[in-house]
Amino acid sequence: MSGLPPSPLLALRGIGKSFLGVRVLDGVDLQVRPGDVHAVVGENGAGKSTLMKVVSGVYQPDEGTVEFAGAPRTFRSPREAQQAGIGIVYQELTLLPERTVAENVWLGHEPLRRGLVDRRAMLSHTAGLLASIGEGSLPPDTRVGRLGVAQQQVVEIVKALALDARLLIMDEPTAALADHEVDQLYALLRRLQEHGIGVLYVSHRLKEVFDLSGRITVLKDGRAVATLDTADTSADQLVRHMVGRELSNYYPDPAKPQELGPVRLTVRDGGNRKLRGIDLRLRAGEVLGVGGLQGSGRSALARALFGAAPFSTGQVTVDGAPVRLRSPRAAIRAGIAYVSEDRKGEGIVAEQSVLDNALLAGRAVRPGRVGRGARTARVRELLAAVELRAAGEDQEIRFLSGGNQQKVVLARWLALAPRILLFDEPTRGIDVGAKSAIHDLVRRLARDGAAVLMVSSELPELLGMSDRIIVMRDGRIAGELPAGATEEDVVALAVGTVGEAAG
Amino acid sequence: MRIARPLRLLKFRSGGLAPIIVILAVLLVLLTARQPDFLSPPSLMSFLGRSAPIILLAAGQYFVIVSGELDLSVGSLVTAQVVIAARLIDGDPSAGWPVVVLLLAFGIAVGLVNGLVTSRLRVPSFITTLGMFLILVGAVYLWSDGAPKGGLSEEFRRLGRSGFEDVPALGRIPYALVILLAAASLALVLTRSDFGRTLVAVGGNPRTAELSGVRVWRAKTMAFVLSGVAATLAAILIGGYSGVSFQAGVGLEFGAITAAVLGGVALGGGRGSVVGAMLGALTLETLFTLMNFYGVSGALKPTVQGAIILFAVAAASFRFPSR
Repeated sequence: MSGLPPSPLLALRGIGKSFLGVRVLDGVDLQVRPGDVHAVVGENGAGKSTLMKVVSGVYQPDEGTVEFAGAPRTFRSPREAQQAGIGIVYQELTLLPERTVAENVWLGHEPLRRGLVDRRAMLSHTAGLLASIGEGSLPPDTRVGRLGVAQQQVVEIVKALALDARLLIMDEPTAALADHEVDQLYALLRRLQEHGIGVLYVSHRLKEVFDLSGRITVLKDGRAVATLDTADTSADQLVRHMVGRELSNYYPDPAKPQELGPVRLTVRDGGNRKLRGIDLRLRAGEVLGVGGLQGSGRSALARALFGAAPFSTGQVTVDGAPVRLRSPRAAIRAGIAYVSEDRKGEGIVAEQSVLDNALLAGRAVRPGRVGRGARTARVRELLAAVELRAAGEDQEIRFLSGGNQQKVVLARWLALAPRILLFDEPTRGIDVGAKSAIHDLVRRLARDGAAVLMVSSELPELLGMSDRIIVMRDGRIAGELPAGATEEDVVALAVGTVGEAAG
Repeated sequence: MRIARPLRLLKFRSGGLAPIIVILAVLLVLLTARQPDFLSPPSLMSFLGRSAPIILLAAGQYFVIVSGELDLSVGSLVTAQVVIAARLIDGDPSAGWPVVVLLLAFGIAVGLVNGLVTSRLRVPSFITTLGMFLILVGAVYLWSDGAPKGGLSEEFRRLGRSGFEDVPALGRIPYALVILLAAASLALVLTRSDFGRTLVAVGGNPRTAELSGVRVWRAKTMAFVLSGVAATLAAILIGGYSGVSFQAGVGLEFGAITAAVLGGVALGGGRGSVVGAMLGALTLETLFTLMNFYGVSGALKPTVQGAIILFAVAAASFRFPSR
């Protein structure tokens, strides 16, 4: 090799961290060079989030050293890390919606003039920063609440840049973005690279990792098992490092015609504030995929069927009998289960144990008056059947990875033996390994005679899992696609280039 | 694993009982240093008997707090119950048990109103129960024209002031203690029942609970009813022990809340144990006894309670930063 490689911006050496006696990180080495996009991948629970929190000063490592810009550093708080030049863009945005872009960017370190906030300087600095990353069209005096998710992310990034960030940590930045917004993020990242800013990029989406990163570090069970040059690596190799198996049969087989049973659920002319003219038939044994853009009504449909935001018009039948799904409780009693897209906000009780979480619905509804002992035994079986990985059933669920939390939520519903399951983004924020476990489970449930409706914004998942797909647009069903449809078919219906005439 | 189970009580895990047990132990050591015979059976029995009302109230408050609410009306409910009992009994020894039943009904009714207004009309419980507090105070004054009327019968007062005499090794066991133990066991069973676990879920994440089929309003209302029942039992004991006065229940709501928080029950709900709340009440009483022995003015009680609430909440948010 001629010439020295550029010295690393960030060098982690032998980082170790334990919580409550569980080793979450173990001897992790990692280097990020200036201008490099370094991806960190791994199953949930592999230690990615913890590692990012160590770098950003939220946690202090038990072992090892963090070197930043050539000097060993100890960050005792996120603020110290920020001041040193490490910016972080969280998965959940942390902006104040009622404040302007500029106010958010300078929050906590506003430019002052004679002891008062210098609004003009604030606006012009912000405009300058926005322009420097090619986002000059975003006015700095807009209220953040009016911006889309992608633009809010830009504000988060500018916020970091305002503090002279030289390293940017991005945790699942595309989780909430639509496809065209992802492209904008790509462009933005390239401009950051040109400015010599290093990026530590955490993502579950392998496509992004390959599109964006120069190097990849794979975490598995808290250890860095491989650091790879992206150019020399294939997706299959990467997945093998992550889970130790091939990616070949990623999705389970769809339903065979003879596996389809009678119609379980029908909706006629269902509507509410977000939905209009919904006509739907869901058969036992099938997985009906629901696609569409964010806000198209795909989640609203699932919530209406579950009685969380009920239909105000129209008729619903379950197994041929008319039902009124006015509340989640009514829906549950009709044999319907619902897995929310917002696991933390609506799926789990973070501070209760795994077992309490899994028993929640059974305790509330008590189907068939099973005894407590039998119910608990059944839930234990189910937790084992979904291959839950936890320290024990008494562990608080918040300490589990997203995938394992989702398995607990699933076990909660399976305990009620529902005949209709509604999934809203069942694998959001879940790693590859747990993802395919959940896919298998969904298919197994359908095969056992349940009717499944699955909302997904991930096209490969939607196409890979569904026996039939309906695509939502503006609160209506824009069209239906058979198995074997392509991504283009779904997108065309979702954005409205086809299907309008038919309606 | 199975053998280690009882030890888990002492393990310092989140929301565990270890901190309150340590504090209580330290206070007891300080107390016996000053008053060596404090832990002797007669003194201890009488101390526990005297502490029974506040421990009952703390147990009632646990259910409300763990569901994410707060009950500020218990102190005035105790006063109201004592005054009502005095007027209805009016010295008539045969009126005792019917009046107990009536008081329980009244306590349940107050809890129902608190619970339904909070959960159905969506008035914050802080306001609901503050309103109930004022309503009860005013109503009691109005009903009794400014001075308590009638009087409690000796039979009624026995519950609060007498006990089983000549018990081997222990001497006298106050009825108050027996009632407390019965109520505490019932409370413990309740917290482990479907209702109890569901209630914690309601306090921890009402959205998740609702979407899992829990009738959140019912669970919360039940919690307020339990608090009302606890206040009724406390009133019966307090009436027996200290007699009838408009001051009977003053400040007890804050005592109960302080005790629960001290015992590791998180304000805002979702975390804590009824045993912790009751130990918190016992600790509080021990502290006041200690202050008494060391000659600290009783006027400092509210100040100390206030300081404890602030400290305990701060300590909890330090231990559970995620909240």
